[in-house]
Amino acid sequence: MRIKRKTLQHLGIHTVLILTLIAVAFPIYYAFTMATHTHQDAYAFPPILTPGNQLIPNILEAWKRVDMGVVLTNSLIIAVLVSIGKIVFSILAAFAFTHFKFRGSWFLFPLCMVTQMMPLPIRVIPLYQTMANMGWLNTYRALTIPYLASTTGIILFRQFYMTVPEELADAARVDGATPMQYLRSILIPLSWTNIAALLVIEFVYMWNEYLWPNIVTTASDMRVAQMGLRMLYTSERGAAEWNIIMAGTLVIMLPPLIVLILFRKQFAQGIAMQTTK
Amino acid sequence: MDRFPKHRFLPYGLILPSLTVIVVFLIIPFGQAIYQSFFRVSPFGRQLRYVGWRNFVEMFRSPEYLSSFQNTLIFSVLVIGIGLTIALIIAVLTTQKIRGAGFYQVAFIWTYAMSPIIAGVMWSLIFDPSIGILTHAIATVTGYRINYFTDTVAAFILVTVASVWVMLGYNICFFVAGLQNVPHELKEAAAIDGATPLQTFWVVTFPMLSPTTAFLIFVNTVYAFFQSFGLIDVVTQGGPNRTTEFLIYKIYRDGFGRMQEGQAAAQSVVLFILVAIVGAFQIYTSTRKSVYNR
Repeated sequence: MRIKRKTLQHLGIHTVLILTLIAVAFPIYYAFTMATHTHQDAYAFPPILTPGNQLIPNILEAWKRVDMGVVLTNSLIIAVLVSIGKIVFSILAAFAFTHFKFRGSWFLFPLCMVTQMMPLPIRVIPLYQTMANMGWLNTYRALTIPYLASTTGIILFRQFYMTVPEELADAARVDGATPMQYLRSILIPLSWTNIAALLVIEFVYMWNEYLWPNIVTTASDMRVAQMGLRMLYTSERGAAEWNIIMAGTLVIMLPPLIVLILFRKQFAQGIAMQTTK
Repeated sequence: MDRFPKHRFLPYGLILPSLTVIVVFLIIPFGQAIYQSFFRVSPFGRQLRYVGWRNFVEMFRSPEYLSSFQNTLIFSVLVIGIGLTIALIIAVLTTQKIRGAGFYQVAFIWTYAMSPIIAGVMWSLIFDPSIGILTHAIATVTGYRINYFTDTVAAFILVTVASVWVMLGYNICFFVAGLQNVPHELKEAAAIDGATPLQTFWVVTFPMLSPTTAFLIFVNTVYAFFQSFGLIDVVTQGGPNRTTEFLIYKIYRDGFGRMQEGQAAAQSVVLFILVAIVGAFQIYTSTRKSVYNR
């Protein structure tokens, strides 16, 4: 009797989860089928919900209308640069805060945490003026350097470095290793999970950035992926060429999705580490 | 703590890269925003004119600003309330002892990789006035065709649904991690004391989750206040009738489109105060927990 009730309960849970999953996945599926049809089929009523065979031609068309090669390359460059930069900066800062006692750390640590409270949009106007004064408009510098400090990164590595046994550092010191040697040959090899987790977080974040790139770039060869998508959407929306729009959308959403799927385990572990205090 | 006592200057060098970025690109520009909020660009030429508190006073007297403020708050509360409720339910279900729990946890993550603009594009197809599948469905049932270009409620629902959707993967991921940190013994103890699963949830699990919940409230607030910009800019452009002209969109328009830098700076300062309040709440909740936590 009891077993039966449990089976029923599980059946209920599976039903709810599967239905929710379908609802959550539906927009992507709908976008995908849309991207595989001709303009005419995309407009059919009732809507055709099975895939057609026009995916490649539609992607090529979208590629032509927006300079996809340019926007994808730019986004890839800034996402990789910012991810690496943030990982390096965060490791160094977290190393300082966990392995050294120094004057002013009581003040400097909270200072590094305030970045979270001051998202870029709050500073957008003065920051734009700074960029203009330095002649950084339409450069990769403007698209990467203001992003390089990371509260998330410092917290992520700090949480982990606090749990590393002190004996490791003691042993390294006794062996005559400098702090930087210890960091490079012991601490960093232990940090790969966190590095991968932060890579996912920052790559996805940078790939999806829009407001700031939109403000500091005017040259067509400096545009990023999200700007490309907006251009495709606003130019084809009038003609309602949803098949072309969605083909472009699929291309633009793919890179961060691949990074997330590749490192999903490390990402989940990184999040678990962030939630334990 | 001090594992390399002889290196007294090294830690400063280690912090220097992060600190430089923080000072040059965060603290100084933020200070400038505060400074600018007391000035105005004169209509003739580019000269700045000190106006005291006038930007703030006029801002809070402006019906446009107040309605933007109100709409932003409603939007945020909806995104946080609906989004976190759905995420928590799914997270609780996927952490039950069921077959394929791991599969579900992975299967829900991926909306995290989607940008607000992608969410906006996809949902605007579903809501499209002429071919949208939802528009058809609603028209079939009620005979009424929704049109988010003209209908303020439809536009508001569209941006809210797209936002809840795009944040769902992230929220579920954090709730799953938080739920897995709740000690089993506590739940078992409650069960032995005769608590129903629902009682156990509200009395044991939910309070233990409060740091996670507070953190997610903060992250979703930041989303609703700032990240939603792309979605708005692409799908509704603040319309119809300024219903979706949320605070960040208004700052952007006033600061860059209408050349009212001082007024936009004043709005930025207010927005910062709002974020800081939510951030302070999060820090308060998570530090309070660590006191409880042995």
